[in-house]
Amino acid sequence: MSLKEKYSQEIEQILAKYPPEHKRSAVMPLIYMAQREGGYVTKEEMAEIAAIVGITETEVASLIGFYTLFHDKKEGIYRLQICTDLPCALRGADRFLRDVCDHLGIQPGETTPDGLFTVEEVKCLAACDHAPVMQVQSPQGIEYHEQLTLDMTIGLLDALRQAEEAE
Amino acid sequence: MAHILLRHRDIPDIDQLDVYVQNGGFAAFKKAVTTMQPDEVTEEVKASGLRGRGGAGFPTGLKWSFMDKNNWPHYVVANADESEPGTFKDREIMERNPFQFLEGVAIAAYAVGAHRAYVYLRGEFWQVAAWLDEKIAEMEAAGYLGENLFGTEYSLKIYTHLGAGAYICGEETALLESLEGKRGQPRIRPPFPPSYGLYGKPTVVNNVETLANVPYIIANGAQAYRQFGTEKSPGVKIFSLSGNVNKPGNYELPLGATFRELIYEYGGGIQDGHKIKAIMPAGASSAVIVANDEALDTPMDYENVQNVGSMLGSASVIVIDDTFDMDWVVAKTIEFFKHESCGKCTPCREGNYWMLNIIERIEEGEGSPQDVQLLDNVAHQMQGKCLCALGEFATMAVTTSIERFPEDFAKRVGGQHE
Ligand SMILES: Cc1cc2nc3c(=O)[nH]c(=O)nc-3n(C[C@H](O)[C@H](O)[C@H](O)COP(=O)(O)O)c2cc1C
Ligand code: SF4
Ligand code: FES
Repeated sequence: MSLKEKYSQEIEQILAKYPPEHKRSAVMPLIYMAQREGGYVTKEEMAEIAAIVGITETEVASLIGFYTLFHDKKEGIYRLQICTDLPCALRGADRFLRDVCDHLGIQPGETTPDGLFTVEEVKCLAACDHAPVMQVQSPQGIEYHEQLTLDMTIGLLDALRQAEEAE
Repeated sequence: MAHILLRHRDIPDIDQLDVYVQNGGFAAFKKAVTTMQPDEVTEEVKASGLRGRGGAGFPTGLKWSFMDKNNWPHYVVANADESEPGTFKDREIMERNPFQFLEGVAIAAYAVGAHRAYVYLRGEFWQVAAWLDEKIAEMEAAGYLGENLFGTEYSLKIYTHLGAGAYICGEETALLESLEGKRGQPRIRPPFPPSYGLYGKPTVVNNVETLANVPYIIANGAQAYRQFGTEKSPGVKIFSLSGNVNKPGNYELPLGATFRELIYEYGGGIQDGHKIKAIMPAGASSAVIVANDEALDTPMDYENVQNVGSMLGSASVIVIDDTFDMDWVVAKTIEFFKHESCGKCTPCREGNYWMLNIIERIEEGEGSPQDVQLLDNVAHQMQGKCLCALGEFATMAVTTSIERFPEDFAKRVGGQHE
């Protein structure tokens, strides 16, 4: 199904936020909308977005390449984005990242064999007073988890796995 | 002292419209729209001495007065990109005291004659944006946004817009490019946004915290605001305290409070009884200060922090204790800037690449004393040559750590660095 068929109302709402002569501003919200379900944007969707806002497909692809929250490849359904930037690292974030990776049996940047989780090392998430911090990017959006312990994290991952299996 | 910015800490539920209104909410906006000329609002903000809280400290009222009145429409853009490592104040304002921030946006818009304002949030603040959308809708329903506000001709709409994970989009011209649907790469300045901003039109870009100060100033007057802070740095500031302290968090203090007060009185001192070693007052972009008594007794305001060889910036104070080596700290900041360099200009793109290369060699224990000198050299080569301040920021921790903590580097490269 095309984006227009699936989300016609939402597309209108997004376009309404910007002056009609500056439709291009809608491109980022449209990319977010397109990747919401599958976690990434397909070639066809890029072409459709380009047509909606009046730019080239290449330009849309270049935006997806530029911004780290946009994806053009299928990865784990849940992207576990752990902050290892300086303020968090001063409070043990590097160790936390290693522990989570060990628990899942993967390295940062890798996806678990069941395709559920990808662990990513990310930069400051503006929650440095609550290190260690992990953000989970998924079809449900982006959710913050703060002041984590390994046990809490394992509990969270188990809950996500169960919810996924229940579907 | 009661809070001016973090008022939710004194007034529970101030994120509810009726509670906000009961506590004087929107009185400043109404006063501005119904009793003041736009220029009078700008003059009042100028007189308050409010300076930008996003990092550069530029006088806010002065910025508003630069808006080109021969070119319309005008826009206001709130910078909610908050991506400097160690900064987490704008998020707390938006989450807990959202109406005060939005009222600040509204007053700024009235002052510069804008009928459309955007709040540009970092993509990770997805939930915050949805929350602000709700609050904006409540304001519209209650007649604080929309057409013919307070029975006047004035109308205003506020919209949120999400970035998507790029630190550089906090730089105001990169932010505007991004808001226009382009890659977030800085524009060559001048022209500055008040003459050439969003869609090429005059635009005020202000930080969230800056705008959150405005309702107080308009409601109570510039003189009342000046009772806080110092002569040259009036007002209050939120200090985001992070790193090796017992109680990290946001603390709203008058400008001019000392590092010692912040770190020991509010932050509860250093973790695990360790000793303080270094302070980065402005996040990862800071020149690093040796945390001696002189530094600890330095008032945190725009002038004095500069006198001890650093900058106040956005006042994201990262505290480092003596169990860490500064070469490791520098490796962290270089990794950050290498990742975030937008690649538009060569000194920053290549310089960060080489700095990362060298620091990785040093961290792996394969560096020589010459590598430390080379690192210092590359950093100095970048200074003054980059298109935007990111390139400069990337070198601050490097050059100052090598200068002020040479023994840490010497230890790592197994030689004597001079
Ligand atoms: C690399 C870079 C990143 C920046 N990031 C932010 C940011 O996240 N938030 C912000 O308010 N200002 C940021 N700034 C400063 C803005 O360019 C601009 O000065 C500020 O938004 C102006 O608002 P103010 O005068 O209210 O501080 C950044 C600047 C640079 C060079
Ligand atoms: S200094 Fe760095 S971030 Fe700024 S324009 Fe140049 S490459 Fe981009
Ligand atoms: S450094 Fe991790 S949230 Fe800021």
